[in-house]
Amino acid sequence: MKKPNQRIDFEGIKSKVGGVEVTTGAVLESSGSTSKTKTGGWRSMKPVVDEKKCIGCGICWTFCPEGCIEKKDNKKFQVNFDYCKGCGICANECPVKAIAMVKEEK
Amino acid sequence: MEASHAISEAVKMIKPQVIAAYPITPQTHIVERISEYVANGEIDSQYIRVESEFSAISACLGAEATGVRAYTSTSSQGLALMFEVLFIVSGMRLPVGMTVVNRALSAPINIWNDHQDSMSCRDTGWLQLYAETAQECFDLTLMQYKISENKDVLLPSMVCLDGFTLSHVYEPFYVAGEEDVKDFLPDYVPTHAVLDPEQPLTLGPIAFPSHYMELRSAQVEAMEDSIKVIEKTFKEFSDKFPVQIKGSRPEKYFHVEEYRMEDADIAFVALGSVCGSVKDVVDDLRTKGEKAGLVKIITYRPFPRDALKKALKDVKKVAVIEKAVSPGGYGPVFEELSSLLYEAKSGADIRNFVVGLGGRDVKLDHIQKIYDMTKKGSGKRQEWLF
Repeated sequence: MKKPNQRIDFEGIKSKVGGVEVTTGAVLESSGSTSKTKTGGWRSMKPVVDEKKCIGCGICWTFCPEGCIEKKDNKKFQVNFDYCKGCGICANECPVKAIAMVKEEK
Repeated sequence: MEASHAISEAVKMIKPQVIAAYPITPQTHIVERISEYVANGEIDSQYIRVESEFSAISACLGAEATGVRAYTSTSSQGLALMFEVLFIVSGMRLPVGMTVVNRALSAPINIWNDHQDSMSCRDTGWLQLYAETAQECFDLTLMQYKISENKDVLLPSMVCLDGFTLSHVYEPFYVAGEEDVKDFLPDYVPTHAVLDPEQPLTLGPIAFPSHYMELRSAQVEAMEDSIKVIEKTFKEFSDKFPVQIKGSRPEKYFHVEEYRMEDADIAFVALGSVCGSVKDVVDDLRTKGEKAGLVKIITYRPFPRDALKKALKDVKKVAVIEKAVSPGGYGPVFEELSSLLYEAKSGADIRNFVVGLGGRDVKLDHIQKIYDMTKKGSGKRQEWLF
């Protein structure tokens, strides 16, 4: 089977609709757009980890649907607030109740 | 040859790199034959045996996103199962080609013909072309890729044909020469979607409220632009492949086929295989001095407004022969045609006749009755003829 091996002319697929620049089929000239779009602003409740209680089991890390819980050097876990939407699954799953959901203050 | 196999034959010439399909009656013969071609090495395509229609269309989406040509075919429940992905394919502007063998939807379960399946998908952003004969099945399948892959269009397309009453019918048709087809339809050259590790890009990203409307608008515009592209493609095809079997297709393909409409007062409007019977009734009416004609819709999406306005310009009465319904509203073709006639300030009396649901035979008597009722203006705006 033949490989397309076709370079895309990104300038050629750009157009303006009502003053807004769009591309055919919303194609973006880069990868990793999901990580560039910070979704932390959607949060109304935030998880706060009590490191004294945390046993480093990693269940919060496993269950986080956004993949935004990270392991620290001290084997404890912390939340990346750029992407955390505050769903509370980590707090619900934590076996030692080390994560509290508190109101987001901005 | 069977009309289903006319499609298989066309697909063989189109040479899609990826074919993904799940068998469903009455589409089965098409993909069965294609799988034989692949197994025999007659075409060098990847034939993906998927576990559902949802997977079939998703596989086509993925294939097309890598920049190759993809094909699938389905009917009824299969198309319904694809529904979610249909919007994604058109939104990502991937020119996938599909054959829809029209069949009624459950419940009650029924495997026979009406247009409910594809009509229910008219808002998905796919082009829809309806075939009357085996020849049109073959021709429209070749043309759908040329239209869809045009850089001003880049939208997926469906060629629709009636289950059994066309798909399983044996008719003579002319098979275009392979070299001529190659000349008419060169290889697909992707311009916006090529998944390739050497050229990282993002396909199918989120569009926030700041951009979603603009992207939808661009898609709608492409559909509008396709009207001209279809016309051009129909013309090019008709010039390159003149009629070989009389009556097997329109002399010159166009969005609509006008049959004995020269001085018609009363026009039938219909799609698909039923048009053959309507033409017979029109001939009969003409010998009796009745000024009857038929406007056959080939292009249903995009809705060919100008072509229909022109075709129905001078008629006094319009009878829509509809094989789909919208419970709580009128049938889809009737609705759209009514608003079109209003826009054209035509004043023609338009009526809707629901026939042939779930494979019920549409007989010449039905069509004669439709004519009589339309002429007299009797009955309700939408009538069911059982």
